[in-house]
Amino acid sequence: MNAKLKWGLLDAIVVVFALVPVLWIVSLSFKTTATLTDGNFIPRDWTLENYRTIFQTDQFVRALVNSIGIALISTVIAVVLGTMAAYAISRLDFPGKSLLVGVSLLIAMFPQVSLVSPLFDIERQAGLFDTWPGLILPYITFALPLAIYTLSAFFKQIPWDLEKAAKMDGATQAEAFRKVIAPLAAPGVFTTAILVFIFCWNDFLFAISLTSTEQSRTVPVALSFFTGASQFEDPTGAISAAAVVITIPIILFVLFFQKRIVAGLTSGAVKG
Amino acid sequence: MSIGSTTPGAAAAGEQTREQVRPERATRRKKPLSEGKRQERRLGWLLCAPAAFVMVAVTAYPILYSFWLSLQRYDLKFPDEREFVWFENYVTVLGNGYWWSAFGVTMLITVVSVVIELVLGMGLALIMHRTLIGRGLVRTSALIPYGIVTVVAAFSWRYAWTPGTGYLANLVSPEGAPLTERASALAIIIGAEIWKTTPFMALLLMAGLALVPDDLLKAASMDGASAWQRFVRVMLPVMKPAILVALLFRTLDALRVFDNIYVLTAGANNTSSVSMIAYNNLIRGLNLGIGSTMSVLIFLTVAIIAFVFVKLFGTAAPGSDDGSKR
Amino acid sequence: MADIVLDKVTKSYPDGTVAVHGIDLEIADGEFIILVGPSGCGKSTTLNMIAGLEDITSGELRIGGQRVNDKAPKDRDIAMVFQSYALYPNMTVRENMAFPLRLAKMDKQLINQKVEEAARVLELTSYLDRKPANLSGGQRQRVAMGRAIVRSPKAFLMDEPLSNLDAKLRVQMRTQVSRLQKQLGTTTVYVTHDQTEAMTLGDRVVVMRAGYIQQVGDPQTLYDSPVNLFVAGFIGSPAMNFLPVTLESGLLRSPLGDLPLSDRLGSVLSAADAPRKLIMGIRPEHFEDARLVEGTDGFTFTAPVDLVESMGSDKYVYLNVDTRGGDTPASTDLAELAADAGGADLPEQNGLVTRLSAESRVREGADARVWLNLDKVHLFDPSTGTNLTLREEVAAG
Ligand SMILES: Nc1ncnc2c1ncn2[C@@H]1O[C@H](COP(=O)(O)OP(=O)(O)O)[C@@H](O)[C@H]1O
Ligand SMILES: [Mg+2]
Repeated sequence: MNAKLKWGLLDAIVVVFALVPVLWIVSLSFKTTATLTDGNFIPRDWTLENYRTIFQTDQFVRALVNSIGIALISTVIAVVLGTMAAYAISRLDFPGKSLLVGVSLLIAMFPQVSLVSPLFDIERQAGLFDTWPGLILPYITFALPLAIYTLSAFFKQIPWDLEKAAKMDGATQAEAFRKVIAPLAAPGVFTTAILVFIFCWNDFLFAISLTSTEQSRTVPVALSFFTGASQFEDPTGAISAAAVVITIPIILFVLFFQKRIVAGLTSGAVKG
Repeated sequence: MSIGSTTPGAAAAGEQTREQVRPERATRRKKPLSEGKRQERRLGWLLCAPAAFVMVAVTAYPILYSFWLSLQRYDLKFPDEREFVWFENYVTVLGNGYWWSAFGVTMLITVVSVVIELVLGMGLALIMHRTLIGRGLVRTSALIPYGIVTVVAAFSWRYAWTPGTGYLANLVSPEGAPLTERASALAIIIGAEIWKTTPFMALLLMAGLALVPDDLLKAASMDGASAWQRFVRVMLPVMKPAILVALLFRTLDALRVFDNIYVLTAGANNTSSVSMIAYNNLIRGLNLGIGSTMSVLIFLTVAIIAFVFVKLFGTAAPGSDDGSKR
Repeated sequence: MADIVLDKVTKSYPDGTVAVHGIDLEIADGEFIILVGPSGCGKSTTLNMIAGLEDITSGELRIGGQRVNDKAPKDRDIAMVFQSYALYPNMTVRENMAFPLRLAKMDKQLINQKVEEAARVLELTSYLDRKPANLSGGQRQRVAMGRAIVRSPKAFLMDEPLSNLDAKLRVQMRTQVSRLQKQLGTTTVYVTHDQTEAMTLGDRVVVMRAGYIQQVGDPQTLYDSPVNLFVAGFIGSPAMNFLPVTLESGLLRSPLGDLPLSDRLGSVLSAADAPRKLIMGIRPEHFEDARLVEGTDGFTFTAPVDLVESMGSDKYVYLNVDTRGGDTPASTDLAELAADAGGADLPEQNGLVTRLSAESRVREGADARVWLNLDKVHLFDPSTGTNLTLREEVAAG
């Protein structure tokens, strides 16, 4: 009983530590303009006004569309390319394999700001500046190492013997893949997609450096440019509401796929 | 690229140990390639080519281009004055107080936050690994800081410390404005970093904890080791590779600190990091020459630190073959 | 059901390893045949070639009289049980067993009926809706067997199917596999590296080594008349004792003393090409406490007793005899056997293992008088490993 109490207390500390900042921004987003500056942790007056405001401004809606579109496209491409490479790394033997692993490790450590200035110039000249592809490209690049590590760790765990067994059971090569291997690989691919999506969703540095208009600005950048409904209004409420909106997908992922995310992060980064 | 040579080197070392175990393989490999082997190679290359191409095209070429730009006077506000100046930009940057201040701030943030994260992360990892109740709840909560958009978290901290608005500001320093003073602002930045990334550290450490065999701990306690001794003498040594990998990743990540500073102080009162001033020179100042010089310097700094980690501590590259054979 | 014929079948892997060197083997319809040998000797490779999972480099494979070299596994109508069981983790036991039938587009009702039937035979009925992860090792093994038997294939291939089970379960499953095979009468090729399994299970046993077949025969023949040192040492537990002997002035000088040449041995050694230095092999049960066999023909010697293990029915007595005597002829066979037994990691075994009857009164630490049945000893040519005594028997019989 004593041990349980101790663990319960520690658990509570962790939960509070993790959740308070999130709850705080949620609280701000529900405060009325009048109570916004009262410093109370829990709103005295609840309102949905802030949410109404942001969804009425083109600025936010457009940014949300950009964020979703860019993150989804980057995720799909990175996961497809990453799956191909990870399959090769975990199943085939070919010269240059360790070089590839080394290069992706290098990129995982790469200081992203070092790419900002050359990409800024290159993209301006290539007409990619302030476009979706202009952000998707660096996102794919930095998501690939993550995807490759996570997926190869997953692929190494798949008992590939099953492919043989399926063939003995009368399956063709294609059937063996579709009915036996694919269902086993799917969770790994899915988990990787979540991690990659979170990564792209989160980015701020590239998004603020390689965009200049609403055409391709993502939400994190739009947040930092928020001025509120009118010039004279304090944007705190609107920013908070927008922040809560882009936090929702993350919370959903974490709630529904906690185990997978933990497995993906740990297997990809440290291999036992 | 100096770290480039270390990673394949580490992988090659792994290769060597394997060859010592099975010497006959090494000799066999020298034989002319059979058809099956050639096909395997071709398929391997084919599958990796797109990923490798994208990664190299979007990093290697720009970093070289960046070096080329850094040798020029190149200000988009005065495009006509573009001129090749060799290392003049480097002299300018390295002789500049703001650069060194930003460098110091970056190092300070990195060292302090990583050390605190290591301690807190270890605690969190132990809690997540061992807790008797609510394991799912703890893990789920811990993942939220990891997943949340940094800018969102930064706004939460900013409003928490804004006089009037914030519950923390009113509580801790009702008089002052903590975000406008250098020391307190840096402390808040570090706090925000720690909050955001401790869970990630903890997850990496937890993976290491899972490698410590339960029987080993039991044996140690039979041998009379106290809980603390078990932790220091048994768990830490087994976890060392995981700890080093976690440290390497987090250190290099902390050196990139940008989002939090941008939102919390915008670099005011000498709280800029190197990423922050590189960005300011580039996007705000449109000075491509100076911005690129900073880019190159930051790249070199990171390269050196990674090199030191790999060489000095023998951090195994995750994913390289030797990492998994431990 | 069908017979399986391997005709000079060779396998070289893409990396150049030749795993199987032109082996010939005829497996009769309904036969239970065992491939046995140390690990790495090419058993799995042979099995995979029969299965169609590995291409045959040269030679011909016929199943039911038909050449099948170029047929895909699914067209050979053969089922296989893997060492890892290879159960599909995302499917329940029922779905696992139904998988081959579903691929064959069999009628749903019929599938269900067959699965239930197989589950009944293997006592899996109450686990049908579980996932493999929630089964014990023995149950998983049975599911793997079930998946193989549901579709009544022409033949079963089993690659060390029991080696992941603990010792007790392994013995139980062994009898079950044997009973099942008899019941179904399906041609079965069973791979193992465990000689006990080989001896107890099969109609015939194929001993392999380094990609070559050493000997094919029923278990008793292999035990009584091994063609060479390797088979002699590999079959039997505890293993046959080997002693260096030298032929000198009509006597066999051995670490046990000078043995007289019986008629049998005499005729072997009179052959012109017989070497003078030989290796003698004696099975443990061909020794006896001399007190109990007073007056019987044979050779008696005295040796210090190192250890006595009483098994109840009889006694294993370890004698301190220098069997590695200075001029032991080098034999690659013996070296390989030692390596397979993990010899490199163990302290060198030196001494004789004997199996004496329970009434024996020998005591540890004391000297024992031990009798040896000279009619049963084998003599091997150290350079080729050939069993010379066998040659004589063949000639005589
Ligand atoms: N895919 C492969 N490529 C190259 N060599 C192989 C391959 N599979 C097996 N071998 C080699 O072939 C030999 C026989 O292997 P195997 O048939 O698996 O032995 P067993 O099943 O008797 O233990 C071994 O030397 C092994 O190293
Ligand atoms: Mg095998």
